[in-house]
Amino acid sequence: MSAPAELQIRSTQRIGDRIFSRATVFAGATILVILASVAVFLVAESLPALVADPSELPGTQTSFWSYAAPLAFGTVWAAILALLIAVPLSIGVALFISHYAPRKLAQSLGYVVDLLAAVPSVVYGLWGIGVLAPALQPVYSVMVNAMGFIPLFAGPVSGTGRTILTVAVVLAVMILPIITALCREIFLQTPKLHEEAALAMGATRWEVIKLAVLPFGRPGIISASMLGLGRALGETMAVAMVLSPSAIISFALLQSTNPTTIAANIALNFPEAHGIGVNALIASGLVLFVVTLVVNMIARLIINRRKAFSGAN
Amino acid sequence: MQLVTGTQPGPATDGSEITPEPSTNSPMANSLTAGMLPRHTSLWILLASWVVSAATFLILYLAEQSAPGTAAGSEGESFNYIGALVVGTALYLVVIYLLSRAVEGQRKAVDRLVTGLVAVAFGLALIPLISLISTTVAFGATRFDLTFFTNSMRNIVGSGGGGLHAILGTTLVTVAASIISVPIGLLTAIYLVEYGRGHLARGITFFVDVMTGIPSIVAGLFAYALLAIFFGPGIRLGIGGAIALSLLMIPTVVRSSEEMLKLVPNDLREAAFALGVPKWLTVLKVVLPTSSAGIITGITLAIARVIGETAPLLIIAGFTQSMNYNLFDGRMMTLPVFVYNSYVSQGTDAQAYVDRAWTGALTLILIVMVLNLAARIISRIFSPKPGR
Repeated sequence: MSAPAELQIRSTQRIGDRIFSRATVFAGATILVILASVAVFLVAESLPALVADPSELPGTQTSFWSYAAPLAFGTVWAAILALLIAVPLSIGVALFISHYAPRKLAQSLGYVVDLLAAVPSVVYGLWGIGVLAPALQPVYSVMVNAMGFIPLFAGPVSGTGRTILTVAVVLAVMILPIITALCREIFLQTPKLHEEAALAMGATRWEVIKLAVLPFGRPGIISASMLGLGRALGETMAVAMVLSPSAIISFALLQSTNPTTIAANIALNFPEAHGIGVNALIASGLVLFVVTLVVNMIARLIINRRKAFSGAN
Repeated sequence: MQLVTGTQPGPATDGSEITPEPSTNSPMANSLTAGMLPRHTSLWILLASWVVSAATFLILYLAEQSAPGTAAGSEGESFNYIGALVVGTALYLVVIYLLSRAVEGQRKAVDRLVTGLVAVAFGLALIPLISLISTTVAFGATRFDLTFFTNSMRNIVGSGGGGLHAILGTTLVTVAASIISVPIGLLTAIYLVEYGRGHLARGITFFVDVMTGIPSIVAGLFAYALLAIFFGPGIRLGIGGAIALSLLMIPTVVRSSEEMLKLVPNDLREAAFALGVPKWLTVLKVVLPTSSAGIITGITLAIARVIGETAPLLIIAGFTQSMNYNLFDGRMMTLPVFVYNSYVSQGTDAQAYVDRAWTGALTLILIVMVLNLAARIISRIFSPKPGR
């Protein structure tokens, strides 16, 4: 305040105001502290595994990194497969809800898709192992017979259907509602004038989408996919229950030996782990944390660059 | 009768099997509807494709049933509904594309094809939902009885027993997680909306967004690492599960509360200030009550999100067969872990374990659905009527 001293009005400093605003700042800062402490504690508990003698690590490994490499590969591979299935499907579903379904139905259809997000992951695991894997196994047999010459689909086919492709399908179902919800929101934000201009030029509905909706929504689709990727990378129970795991690096989709993921490996081995094994698992968790953190940060940066997509404005 | 195809020459040879529809039989062709398929063509073609495909599959199925040689191989094989549906839909897409291309031209044909594909995508998304819910209800109903909700698994080896200890554990852990995360989350949201300016606020917003993406298993590892420092390795405590869950819950609470607080019109705040109400009382007595419905909805949804989390609880809360009323002492069973454990480590009489797993899953889904429903009802009943 640069007003003259005699005109300056000083508001009373109320004790309630100060306590309350301090409390809110404190709560906000707590979140930053928590996030930092997640990193610190994980690093602290990982260090013993990183510096340990290789002979103490689980399995016969030369170092922690050779222990983590197949797991990291499996994590990324499963997530990418899931993304390949989920993204086109989600865009289709989102378009259906935003531009094709009757207006009155659209919101209820949105709720229905959101229901998929409400199902707990352990139930997805149960469904994957009890319903989906047996249902897909015959399809896999046919695929191996028909396309076995492609390395991706090389045999011998898994007898149970508990392969990485089944896992990818389950993961795709799990991330579909996330990507769909974001895409739907973005598609609805397409400037009405762009769409109407395209319509006025005689464009069909698909041409409107191709010319106006998709170009406008592209950054949003990318970031939605990356958020889905982050979820797929960290998903644990569905993978742990569905996959028959082994520590290998293999691109084959339909065989009975599949690379497992970091998260599933932790869930399966943590209850029985002891000593340095616990530290090795936590260290692999740290790897997962860093990877998902990077993926999510990139996604958020893309969203924040065009604030219109955050949905919170 | 003339079929006006407009300026689209169209490859007439492709559509040689198509007969012009009778609706254009009027003496003068309507120039607005010329070159268009009649209104409900696509619907009829869809039904026809399904019928054709179902008939084909039925013939194949009957042939296979009656053939004595293959009967042994296909024993117990029922009529392939899914195959018929898939083939029928694919047939529809092909037919509508070719037909529309012949009559309406390339652009309209692509439009119709995409419409079909988009609808197919939605249908595909519905299949897992329907399959999942129907199987869970079907398998879960076998043990959805009083015993399940009144017994724990203590001293149970075969059939019988139930998930009371798991339901209790889930309740305790979730309540504790809410007690930790709701104050922090709500106060942070208030800070971001009412006070936050500058770097701190921007940093918090960004990291809350980032926090939404923390894998649940990492939250479990964090809780373990935190407790292991104080209690030594191998620690399993119910409160650890609460810590892990609150890590997952806080960002959801912050985001939803923040959006609800932003919806409170500034006029209300200014009116309060004009009356000389201090800021903290304005927030407590004006802003929060106005947005309470939305905030409660958001918290309910956040609870619904974390109540099904399995991985962190598997890591830090562990599993047990007995009741445990104390969050700070010993292992604590929770419902998702109960489902997982029953299915993975089946004892003697494996079917009893599988049945319990599905019943646990059904209970879990019901809890989540009820919470979601409650959230929607709360937001509908208590939300302030829009007066703007």
